[in-house]
Amino acid sequence: MNPELEELYQEVILDHSRRPRNFGELTDATVRVHGDNPACGDEIDLAVKFADDGAFEQIKFTGQGCAISQASASMMTQKVKGKTRDDAASMLRAFHDLVTQGGDDEPTMLGDVQLLRGVRKFPQRVKCAMLAWRALEQALEQQNGEATVSTEVET
Amino acid sequence: MPAKTDWARIRDDFPILQECAHGQPLIYFDNAATTQKPPAVLDALRRYYEHDNANVHRGLHELSTRATEAYEGARERVAEYVGAASASEIVFTRGTTESINLVAQSWGGGFLHRGDVILLTEMEHHSNLVPWQLIAARTGARLRFVPVNDDGTLALDQLDALLTGEVKLFAFTHVSNSLGTINPARELCARARAAGVLTLLDAAQSAGHMPLDVRQIGCDFLAFSGHKMCGPTGIGALYARSEILEQMPPWHGGGEMITSVTLEQSSYKKPPHRFEAGTPNIAGAIGLAAAIEYIEGIGREAIFQHDSQLTSYAMQCLADIPGMRLLGPAGERGAIVGFVRENAHPHDLTTFADQHGLALRGGHHCNQPLMRRFGLPGSTRASFYFYNTREEVERMADILRKAARFFA
Repeated sequence: MNPELEELYQEVILDHSRRPRNFGELTDATVRVHGDNPACGDEIDLAVKFADDGAFEQIKFTGQGCAISQASASMMTQKVKGKTRDDAASMLRAFHDLVTQGGDDEPTMLGDVQLLRGVRKFPQRVKCAMLAWRALEQALEQQNGEATVSTEVET
Repeated sequence: MPAKTDWARIRDDFPILQECAHGQPLIYFDNAATTQKPPAVLDALRRYYEHDNANVHRGLHELSTRATEAYEGARERVAEYVGAASASEIVFTRGTTESINLVAQSWGGGFLHRGDVILLTEMEHHSNLVPWQLIAARTGARLRFVPVNDDGTLALDQLDALLTGEVKLFAFTHVSNSLGTINPARELCARARAAGVLTLLDAAQSAGHMPLDVRQIGCDFLAFSGHKMCGPTGIGALYARSEILEQMPPWHGGGEMITSVTLEQSSYKKPPHRFEAGTPNIAGAIGLAAAIEYIEGIGREAIFQHDSQLTSYAMQCLADIPGMRLLGPAGERGAIVGFVRENAHPHDLTTFADQHGLALRGGHHCNQPLMRRFGLPGSTRASFYFYNTREEVERMADILRKAARFFA
């Protein structure tokens, strides 16, 4: 096993992909976003219930796809639950920097989610890690209802 | 039997196979996507550009004559290779995809009407599906599909019932690019012909791998790509039976394809030039002819035997890995093995393999409807060619065994 693979598929990440947290339906969701990677077939359905003050009161997902896409969704939902929209938006930016550039400044707000930084050495897999966060981005932009996002713009 | 083939010496024609990937010796098992190129092909390209480069068919000078002779000579070579009656039945295209689009746009645009049916199969590559969706939307024709059985073969018991009077064309793949199934092309064409239906054979995965003769098969159209048979990218061919090709209207307009032009209208050349507007891929055609020469030097029957043995060995090695499920038929197949393993997504398997120097393909393989048919998000595929070895297959099995444990 080479170090890049070890870093990409750390035990914590494999654990999240095998037993995803916050996996399931959310009947009283305020916002639902469907996200997909058309080229790979990864899919997630993200459901968020915003509290009156705008915080992430409840967040759940269902989906299917590679270990990276599902682990990333699982770890993200754990991280943003209970956070404000502003906090979630900062995490989204920090995560994007982390998986595209690595970033030497440890973005401590991400906690365990930082373990996904190994993805930066696999350019074709960055979109797998980003899928859940793209769905989160869409959820942040809308007040309620349903939407679809795709990591590849279809023409 | 011809003299025994020296496969090790042939492998030496492909220095790229000595490359490393991620610090490991490369195992190139993505031949269904594209094959590697021997020096004979690279030399032909270089020789053409160094000595004969000029535009074809119009320059009244020495180099143009040489370029034209080489280009038209390549057409004759392709015609012989597929068993066409004449070189005028061969149109050079960018590859299989463009060949099929040519038939859909020109023949389909000219002859399909509302209510007509194009019969396809559920195992078609997107390149033999999307062009028909486009022309169906334009003409009002409909698409119909031969189902795929659980074992990856076509449900041929349903074929005669599907070949009704409205069907104008039956377009199907010779070898499935994700299942490896070899469809009985000769039988399918005969059954279509008996029902008065034209046939198009997608030979992308067979042209470089097995003997192929359009008159023996009895197809009306045949499409293939050069780059999947040791040739350059960006060149391929369409074979079309001359009686049909002569009736087909042009699809691209421009130079080379006309006899006379006024400001209002034009008259067009006979086939094949009617379908080759603009400066063609001259070097590509010459490179394709060199690839054909190279393949014929080894022999397509010998290649087929080599690939078949390697493929069944690979199936045997993969079946030994716990939890590995092989896709496609158990018996004879093309040089393609698709597989899935529970708890290990194709992209994770492919990344793991790549980090061990093993080039596989993971995903839907431009076969989304087929993957859906089998309830799969995708699959992982190993595909072979004559330069691959049993030792490489064994190393693949070791790597995938490790991956299976890792993602368990």
